[in-house]
Amino acid sequence: MTPFSYQRPDSIDQAIALAGADSRYIAGGTNLLDLMKENVLQPRRLIDINGLPLHDIEETAGGGLMIGALVSNADLAWHPQIEQRYPLLAKAILAGASPQLRNMASTGGNLLQRTRCYYFYDTATPCNKREPGSGCPARDGRNRIHAILGASAACVAVHPSDMCVALAALEAQVHVDGPHGQRRIAIEDFHRLPGEHPERDNTLGAGELIVGIELPGEGYASHCAYLKLRDRASYAFALVSVAAALELDGKTIRRARIALGGVAHKPWRIEAAEELLCGKRAEQQCFATAAERLLQGAQPLADNAFKIELARRAIVRALSEAAGGTVR
Amino acid sequence: MSENPSAAGAIGTCTITLVLNGEHRRLEVQPWTTLLDLLRDPLGLSGTKKGCDHGQCGACTVLLNGRRINSCLTLAVMHDGAELTTIEGLARGAELHPMQAAFVRHDAFQCGYCTPGQICSAVGLASERCGYSREEIREYMSGNLCRCGAYPNILAAIEEALPAVRGQKQEDAR
Ligand SMILES: Cc1cc2nc3c(=O)[nH]c(=O)nc-3n(C[C@H](O)[C@H](O)[C@H](O)COP(=O)(O)OP(=O)(O)OC[C@H]3O[C@@H](n4cnc5c(N)ncnc54)[C@H](O)[C@@H]3O)c2cc1C
Ligand code: FES
Ligand code: FES
Repeated sequence: MTPFSYQRPDSIDQAIALAGADSRYIAGGTNLLDLMKENVLQPRRLIDINGLPLHDIEETAGGGLMIGALVSNADLAWHPQIEQRYPLLAKAILAGASPQLRNMASTGGNLLQRTRCYYFYDTATPCNKREPGSGCPARDGRNRIHAILGASAACVAVHPSDMCVALAALEAQVHVDGPHGQRRIAIEDFHRLPGEHPERDNTLGAGELIVGIELPGEGYASHCAYLKLRDRASYAFALVSVAAALELDGKTIRRARIALGGVAHKPWRIEAAEELLCGKRAEQQCFATAAERLLQGAQPLADNAFKIELARRAIVRALSEAAGGTVR
Repeated sequence: MSENPSAAGAIGTCTITLVLNGEHRRLEVQPWTTLLDLLRDPLGLSGTKKGCDHGQCGACTVLLNGRRINSCLTLAVMHDGAELTTIEGLARGAELHPMQAAFVRHDAFQCGYCTPGQICSAVGLASERCGYSREEIREYMSGNLCRCGAYPNILAAIEEALPAVRGQKQEDAR
């Protein structure tokens, strides 16, 4: 690792005042240190935010929950309110990484983890995300784990998080504070598609700090499922994942939320696909129609065409599981 | 702020205190020293292994304030005041920790490289709300790889020792 200096502020204002172009915040460190060891990132200064008061989970006036940015992935998944009211989120988190990593990883850090594209990690190769304008070897190289939706000529990387896929289906809000004050960003608008600027994963501004994630009151607790498909049964990133959430009235779908992981530069959600399900009976046939709509425009690369069929089937299965009742 | 790494390094060394395997320690660390490198190198606690150095294998698992973590992906300087237990700190004198004893009884290793991490991880598991069936133990031990493939005996050892380790922890908590 390239040497750096270390600071540990104990207030949000101090942390933000310390931030600059040569610095990075560090929370769990599980992604940042990994990338620093590979020289993908070389900050001159680390600002340790673990001393900030962002470790709590609290109920909001609106009947939802506010999750502090420093709550660990493990504490979040095993929190009684999350288990009971937002099992989709608990399941998605527990499908990711390992128990050790989940003890370390923070809520804010999980949102900001970088892609696992091999070329992004390998500083001996070009990569538009790492070094804008240098090229994308993945497009014509090894691209089995890459995007089938929303990619650009400049970048075919996918966002690797499981947690964020559930947050997309749950329509969470990201609360941030920064040099220009506080704001909240809908999860939908937080991560971005690569376009011509793949170096920007999200819409967070310079020096901005995630302070928390707000969950709305509706958690789809009775009818949700998280299905993750990967190369081994555990401790591997998703090739395709599906967060499915339904609100049912008997057998009739009142509301549906579906988000996909492992297929795009951000959790993939298409509201039109969800609307196709409203008022329909919860059955395979309409699930297949929704899957078709979600995957409309999918473009395979040389090695990842399998993901389209895998995603199609995964969507139908996750919706069927959700319709059958959340497995506790 | 300096642009020069060596100058940044000069701001460098920090003093931290740790309760390491029950002993109070005052230590000088450079900001970029991982907890794993601190343990193995200056402290000579080489029981904690470096397998991948990237969070992918679990060989470096230690217990930080009682919770299992990968010591390769965290900085020593971030843990001023913490309580840290490594494989060297589990036995009570000559008496093996029940998880260690179970690994010996079940012959739960071949080369032994993953073993300290497996044992620390299993002890960490005993404080968590999971691991109550064979299937669950497999899932919640998936952060520890064994290149020798000693999994069947590792699983048997953990399954046998978990109830006793859980019981002991509940008693200690009282
Ligand atoms: C072997 C391995 C397997 C994994 N498998 C999975 C998996 O299957 N699924 C999955 O979803 N994830 C997986 N992960 C990724 C893991 O979930 C992330 O590394 C973790 O969530 C990052 O959180 P952190 O707190 O450690 O972030 P850090 O490493 O501390 O930070 C990551 C980034 O976020 C910034 N940051 C952190 N907190 C804030 C904040 N509050 N405000 C602003 N910026 C901030 C940092 O500056 C840094 O750029 C895996 C990781 C490893 C190493
Ligand atoms: S050495 Fe830390 S996980 Fe492999
Ligand atoms: S015993 Fe050799 S790696 Fe596990």
